[in-house]
Order: sequence, then C-alpha cells, then structure tokens
Amino acid sequence: MTAYIIRRILYAFPLLAGVNILTFLLFFVVNTPDDMARMQLGQKHVTEQAIQKWKEQRGYQMPLWWNGQSEGTGHLTETIFYTKSAGLFLFRFGRSDSGRDIGSDIMQRMWPSLAIAVPSLVCGLLANITLAVLMVFFRSTYVEFWGVIVCVAMMSVSALFYIILGQYLVGKFLLLVPISGYDTGLNAVKFLVLPVLIGVVSGLGAGARWYRSLLLEEVEKDYVRTARAKGLSETRVLFSHVLRNALIPILTGIVAVLPILFMGSLITESFFSIPGLGSYTIDAINRQDFAIVRSMVFLGSALYILGLVMTDIAYTLVDPRIRLL
Amino acid sequence: MVFFWTDTLIFLVLGSLLLAFLRFGRKEQWLRPWRKLTSDKPAMISLVILVVFLLIGLLDSIRFYPAHATASAGSVIVQGEPISLFDVWATTIRTHDEKTYSAPFASHLYTRELLPDGVGSGFWGYARLVHGGAHLEEPDSRVHDILQTVVQGTAKGLLVAGLLVLSAAIFRSRKKSTSMSKEICQLSGDDFEKPWRSVLVTGTLILCMGWTLVDLSVHYHVLGTDKVGQDVLYQSLKSIRTGLVIGCLTTLVTLPFALVLGIVSGYYRGWVDDLIQYIYTTLNSIPGVLLIAASILVVQVYMSNHAEAFDTIAVRADTRLLFLCLVLGMTSWTGLCRLLRAETLKLREMEYVQAARALGVGDPGILARHILPNLFHIVLISVTLDFSGLVLAEAVLSYINIGVDPTTFSWGNMINSARLEMAREPVVWWPLFAAFLFMFILVLSANLFADGVRDALDPRYQRGER
Repeated sequence: MTAYIIRRILYAFPLLAGVNILTFLLFFVVNTPDDMARMQLGQKHVTEQAIQKWKEQRGYQMPLWWNGQSEGTGHLTETIFYTKSAGLFLFRFGRSDSGRDIGSDIMQRMWPSLAIAVPSLVCGLLANITLAVLMVFFRSTYVEFWGVIVCVAMMSVSALFYIILGQYLVGKFLLLVPISGYDTGLNAVKFLVLPVLIGVVSGLGAGARWYRSLLLEEVEKDYVRTARAKGLSETRVLFSHVLRNALIPILTGIVAVLPILFMGSLITESFFSIPGLGSYTIDAINRQDFAIVRSMVFLGSALYILGLVMTDIAYTLVDPRIRLL
Repeated sequence: MVFFWTDTLIFLVLGSLLLAFLRFGRKEQWLRPWRKLTSDKPAMISLVILVVFLLIGLLDSIRFYPAHATASAGSVIVQGEPISLFDVWATTIRTHDEKTYSAPFASHLYTRELLPDGVGSGFWGYARLVHGGAHLEEPDSRVHDILQTVVQGTAKGLLVAGLLVLSAAIFRSRKKSTSMSKEICQLSGDDFEKPWRSVLVTGTLILCMGWTLVDLSVHYHVLGTDKVGQDVLYQSLKSIRTGLVIGCLTTLVTLPFALVLGIVSGYYRGWVDDLIQYIYTTLNSIPGVLLIAASILVVQVYMSNHAEAFDTIAVRADTRLLFLCLVLGMTSWTGLCRLLRAETLKLREMEYVQAARALGVGDPGILARHILPNLFHIVLISVTLDFSGLVLAEAVLSYINIGVDPTTFSWGNMINSARLEMAREPVVWWPLFAAFLFMFILVLSANLFADGVRDALDPRYQRGER
C-alpha cells in the first residue's frame, strides 16, 4: 500500500511539470511579452522604447529558454522560463504586472475564500444528503417523482439567477443582511450568510439528484434485502446500511474537491465583492494581468493534483482491495 | 449568401447527423433505444421544444448581405453587416427601436424627459413610444386590444394545429389503410407506445403562443426594450443561435480528439496509454475557467495583432464564438476520453473481438467494425448530457467578460448588461427575466431530453422500469 501511495505521489510531479510548460507556452510563446506590453500600454501610438521599458521593469526582456549572452549557468537561469515559471514549483509567484507581491496577496485573500467555501460545502452536503435520503425513502411515490422534477428544474436555472434574485430579495425587502462586502473577524458572518445560502440552493438540484442515484444503486443490492429480510425497519435499513455504504463514494468525491476550495468561487465572490482568491482572479482577468492569471492557473492545477492524490489515498483507506496493489 | 465558420460547422454537424440517421436508423440495435426514447413522454415534449429552438437557430444561421444595406430609418443594421433569414422574418421587431428602456406592453418610455407642450416651454413627462401601442388613440385601452390579439392569435394557432393533425391523420390512414376516425383517436390519446397527445398538445401550445407573439409584437414590445431601445424579445430570440452553437459545436468539434485518443489508449495500452492518460490528466488539472480566460486573452491579442483579417464586427464575433467553442471543448473532452478508454479496455477482451483477432482481422478492422460501433451510445449520452451545462456556462463566462464577443447576441451578454439596472426604481426586470426564461426553457428541455437518451441507451438503466 505504501508503495502504491508513493507511486501516486511521484506521478504528481510530471503532471505539475506539464501544467507549468503548458502555461508557459500559452503565456509567453503563443502570446509574446511584446503583445502583453502593447495590450497594457494601448494598441496604437505606442513607441518601441515604451514597450522595452515596460518589459524591463517586469523582467520580460530576457530570452525565453536559452540566454546566449550569459556565462555558465546564466545560459539557463537568466531566461524568462527560469525566472518566471520555474519558481512556481517552489510556490514563488513573483510580482504581478502592476508590481504587487502575488504570494502575499494569495496568503491574505485565501481566508475569505475559505470562509465562504467551507460552510457552503458542509451545508450543501448536509442538505443534498437529506433531500436524497428523503427521495429514496419515498421512492416510487409521487414525492420522489416531483422531487426529481424539482431537482431537474433547479439544475436548469442559471447560477446567476439565484445570485441576482437572492441579492434582490434580501436587498429590497428583507434587509436582514448586507448585500455585499466583507469585514474582518466575527463581523464577517453577516456578510457570509447570503452567499453561503445561495451557494447551497444553487447546488441543491444537481447534488440531490446525484446522491439519489448513488443511494438507489445501493438500495438494490443483496445485503439490503438481507437486512430487510431479518426484519429491520425501513428507516433502520436506510440509515445504518444504505446511507453508510453510499457515503463512501460521496465522501471520496468530496476529498477530491477539498484542496480546490482554496481557489474560491469566481462568480459568488465577485457578485458579493468578497476579497477572496476568486475575485482576485476575476480582477486579474479583467485587468489582463498575465502574471496573476499564470500564478492562479498553476496554483489551481497544483491543488487539483493534490486532490487527486488525496482521493487515491482515501480509496486505499476505504477499499481494502486497493491495498493489495 | 455568406458563410461564417460557425454557420458552416453547424450545417456540417446537422448534415452528418442526418446521414447517420439514414444510414443506421434501420438497424435493430438502434431501433430499440429509438422506440424507448419515443415512448418517453418528457423526452418527446422536450424534443418538440428543442426542434423549435433549432429551427430558429438554423434560420438565424443562413446569412447574407442585404441587397440595399443602407440603414433605413430606425434600423439597427450598419452597412456591410450581414443579416440572416431570421432577421428578415423578424423585421418588425428588429426595426421597431425606441429611445431607451420601456416596460413590456408599455406605451410610454421608462424615463422622463422634457416634452414640448406646443407653447414652447415644455414639461417633464413620459414620452409616448414610437412603436409600442402607437396605433391606439387612447393608450389606456391597451388591455382590451391585447386580449383581442391574444384570442385571435390563439384561434389562428389552433386552426393551423387542427389542420396539421387532420392532414397527419389522413396521411396515416391512407398509408395504413385504416379508418380516419381511428387514426384521430390514436393521435389524440397517450397510448402505451407513443405519447402522441403530449407531443401534439405541446406543438399546439407552441403554435398558439408563437402566433400570438407574432401578432402582438407588431404593435407592442412584448418583453420591453433595453437601454438603447432594442426589442428584448428580438435579442432573446437571436441569442438562441449562440446558445445552440455553444452547446452543439463545443462537444462535436472536439469529439474526434476524445474518440481517437480514448480508443487508441484503451486498445493499445502500454506506453501509448500512459502518454494519453498523462495528457488528459494534465489538461484536466488546469481549472477550466482559468484555461478559458487565458485562451480568450490570447485570441484577443491575436485578433488585435492581425486586425486586417478581422475587418468586420461579424467576422470578429464569429471567430471569437468559434474559439470559445474550441476552448470549452478542450476543457471538456477529457471526461469523454476517459469513459471511452475504460469501455475500450473492456471491449477488447470480449469474445467477439478475440474471435475476430483469431480469424486474422487486423487492428484497423477490429477498431472500425467491432470497437467503434459499440462506443457510440457513450458518445451520444455524453454529448446530450454536456449540452445543457455548456449553455449555462456561456452565461457565466460572458459575465466575466471571457465569453462571447460583447456584440454577439447572447443571454449571458443580456444578463451582464441588465444586471446593474436592478438597483433602479422602479426595477428594470424585463431583460433579465427574458434572458433567464429563454435559457431556462432551453436548458430544461435539454436536460429532460438528455435523461431520456440516457435511459434509452445506457444498459445500466434498462433492467427495471425506473
């Protein structure tokens, strides 16, 4: 088992290298620093000197892969790839195109993102499982039929609708919590209620339907029939047999998304103007700050790969068959 | 006639679907799921709605440069921009522009302005609309006029639907040489085989509503007008094409990748498998939104560097739409590829594949004759399931400004531009309402249809009647 886990962890490194090279190609080869400079400085009426100066200020004037003018290791180190991309492996993000330190920005903006993502995940999980269990408990009745229809209808509504409607209702009529903004410490709670609520509601349709199908798969298995045959009540069967076994795929699925939670939600954060990583990314996209977008791409991929590794480990803990590998 | 990339591709896709239907439609292994799909009530109702949407989208894809492209009074066409068949059909709502916002069925503008009172000083008031309710002397009598139009439109719709049903019954009774009354009975009831009644009721409803809308939109703005005074109904209808293009082309453009890589990786295994798995895991691990954002930034730079190749707004918008499809496809083909790989791994060990190999059939023969046909149900299920998600994704991406071009009609762009108006008093709700309503109808029917397709094709769902 240890060998298997070590192998999975080692497999993450070539993946990270691939992501790094891909983002490098996308941001420096397909889209040269000259293009970036022109985009920032304005398309027309821009002099060659201005472009050179812009590039030098940000360290984009070096050659891409191989510096022929330097000595010794300088051939490799004084290049854009070494200074801008290789540092990402050590999570050295460098400076954004507007001159701020990306690493410290990320450390600071991570917490508001987590403050929304973690409660949304936990509440969403509870709500989805509750609804799914209810639908399975009342299976092949009208409750289930209409439950599924409501789920499909809720899935078909755009996430933007939930956010806009929620903000409008709360902002116009109820006035219980502020529409948007953020605060430090415990004061943040009142800013978090609405985004978390909307996050749970917008995920409800797809989540409950998915968990229902997982539960239904379990319900038809032989051990459930045995449990019923020995005289257990339907509630008992559902909660202590079916739900327990269905939780395995549900929880291993959750493990995969845990690291990504750091990245925050792009849409929610920007609608509620919460200073998290999601709105950070959106601002960078709108300002066309390539350095930040590049760092966020790498960070997101690294976290996703971490999620993959964690899922593998979770499976080895849950499923004894994998331990034999 | 002028063909942009997306137009060409959408017709290509439809043409190949039609060909496949004609070629394989008669085979027993496809007839069985087809029968199951056509007996699925929600799926068939959704299919009717989807066909209507598809027809509007197709009409909107046949584009040409108008013969006399000079902008007539009140028209939005800039000289040199192509218009579509749909634009010609919807000339009324396309050209009925107002000054700025007006509510649905309104007769006056949403904002107050200085009006001349004949004496010369003027006063602040709501101006009458140029087109909305302009045919009425007394704008307060609109309700009566609207109701009259609704009744007339519904009657016309019912008449046409009735004629259609009748001709269908005559056709069927001739073909099967049964009595006509029996055919009408069959068509008007939901029998066990085919849910005819549901389909016909849906069709009739759509006909009635469509006719009423057409009649109403001659004199009113049924869904109001937007900030620059354009009819919101027109915008919503134009956005159908964008939604369809994104939903259809995205998966189909990248389908070859998923098919070839998935099959090759599952069939040959070994280092090829490792390499392909590495490629799709790497692509998959980049967060989709960020990859799209990065690629769209790249396209923008490319287009501004090669401005001479993208001279008109239409070409730019179309290129960006196509590119968005490609990038969205790049982020979504990996899932299908993984499924196909797993299925191929299973299929290659099947007895009939081993028999073919023992009989000396080469790899290409086995792949084309034995593996590929057995993968098609997965492809179909996956394509239909992805459709609705892509339509929803478009709206979100347009909101972050990395979706379709701002000049393209799309529900995302409508939402994006109308979002800030929620703060006004009274609320400007109609552009948002229209965009969400149309998007909801399309996505809901796509979801229900996809469920039907999955139930019909996926062997796992065919055991019991669930």
